[in-house]
Amino acid sequence: MTTEHGEPATTPSQTVGPFFALPDGLPWPDGPEVVGSETDEAFLLRGRLLDGAGEAIPDGLIEIWQADQHGRFDHPDDPRGPSASMRGFGRCATDSDGRFWFRTVRPGALPTPEGEREAPHIDVTVLARGMLARVVTRIYFPDEAANATDPVLSTVDRRRRDTLIAVAEDGGFRFDIRLQGAGETVFFAV
Amino acid sequence: MSTDSIEGQAGRLLLPSYARDDSSHPALDTPEYKSTSLRHPSQPLQRLPQNLTEVTGPVLGHERVSETDHDLTIQHDDEPLGERIVVSGRVLDSDGKPVPDTLVEVWQANAAGRYRHAGDRHPAPLDPNFSGVGRCVTDEHGRYRFVTIKPGAYPWRNHDNAWRPAHIHFSLFGRAFTQRLVTQMYFPGDPLFYQDPIFNSVRDPKARERMICEFDLDSTVPEWALSYHFDIVLRGSGATPFENEEDDDDD
Repeated sequence: MTTEHGEPATTPSQTVGPFFALPDGLPWPDGPEVVGSETDEAFLLRGRLLDGAGEAIPDGLIEIWQADQHGRFDHPDDPRGPSASMRGFGRCATDSDGRFWFRTVRPGALPTPEGEREAPHIDVTVLARGMLARVVTRIYFPDEAANATDPVLSTVDRRRRDTLIAVAEDGGFRFDIRLQGAGETVFFAV
Repeated sequence: MSTDSIEGQAGRLLLPSYARDDSSHPALDTPEYKSTSLRHPSQPLQRLPQNLTEVTGPVLGHERVSETDHDLTIQHDDEPLGERIVVSGRVLDSDGKPVPDTLVEVWQANAAGRYRHAGDRHPAPLDPNFSGVGRCVTDEHGRYRFVTIKPGAYPWRNHDNAWRPAHIHFSLFGRAFTQRLVTQMYFPGDPLFYQDPIFNSVRDPKARERMICEFDLDSTVPEWALSYHFDIVLRGSGATPFENEEDDDDD
């Protein structure tokens, strides 16, 4: 159970399968509510999860993780000291049309160890039947000047950058996730 | 300096770094598991630096867990049918350190191999006393413990006469976004391993063994339940600097 260097080797990933949404299972009633509806500047982030044929994925699970409006995390490893006005986590199972939603706020910008600044972004985990490990992407916002100098976005092929940028819509933003094919979302190895 | 310590310096953040471990994991494109064909990215993954968002993660603690959540045999009026088992172990990182206070979620089929889910059409009996969902939070030593029923094998339609080996699904958050893991725990000596493309999607036989629990006589409850031990190892936070691409240790 150890590597050649003596440390324990990691447990492999396996698919979440089609049945994670058992009653009282992984999806929680308030899972998509990263913030409550009473929160100032709260908006809905909606999207669809689509496969390589453009078909809806009805048995997917989307999780998001983000800083609060001030760019702070409710977490002990934030070297600026744990501080946040919200938990920052959301979880939503896709419905029969592949749709998911979250109620959240726009996170603040973040410093990097290199002294740069990251544009406001949300980290996303995608799990589904047929996916043997999670895939990870990021959501950026469309009207954000900081996107132009974001150290992650700037590494992405210009022609594919749009797949990481949410689209403004009534009541919030839209972010569709295409696992494969035309308009395939950029995914990251983290 | 130790990569464990996290200190702000003038204008500079020192963050932990979670070493990637691609060799343990299955390829997203695994043709033997047919559902992967339209559900894997065709473009290469881009490298994501491990910045603040990635080295932090949801801290989902005790408020998500009730008294009976860890015991799947006492969630209903009567006991579920099947072979009672205790499943316990530790959540560690690949540096060997325990991961305390992390939410562990499990879900599984009943003893007849059927999930309490509208989409499960396997014509095996449902058990009114079994929901198949459990959760707990690891203690200060990273330990967790569930009481449940040994799940049954069940057929699926991936290939001719395909059967899933008995398994329990596990979901873990760890301490950071980079440690998130969803896996499955299998039972020793299952005769169905050889034909299961999900189990065999992990190409390294040693890595496959890390998904199989061990019979654990010492944890057996006499006259009542058998026991299995299953340690789960998440990525470590940087005791292996030779694997780190990030210059997180510049002393």
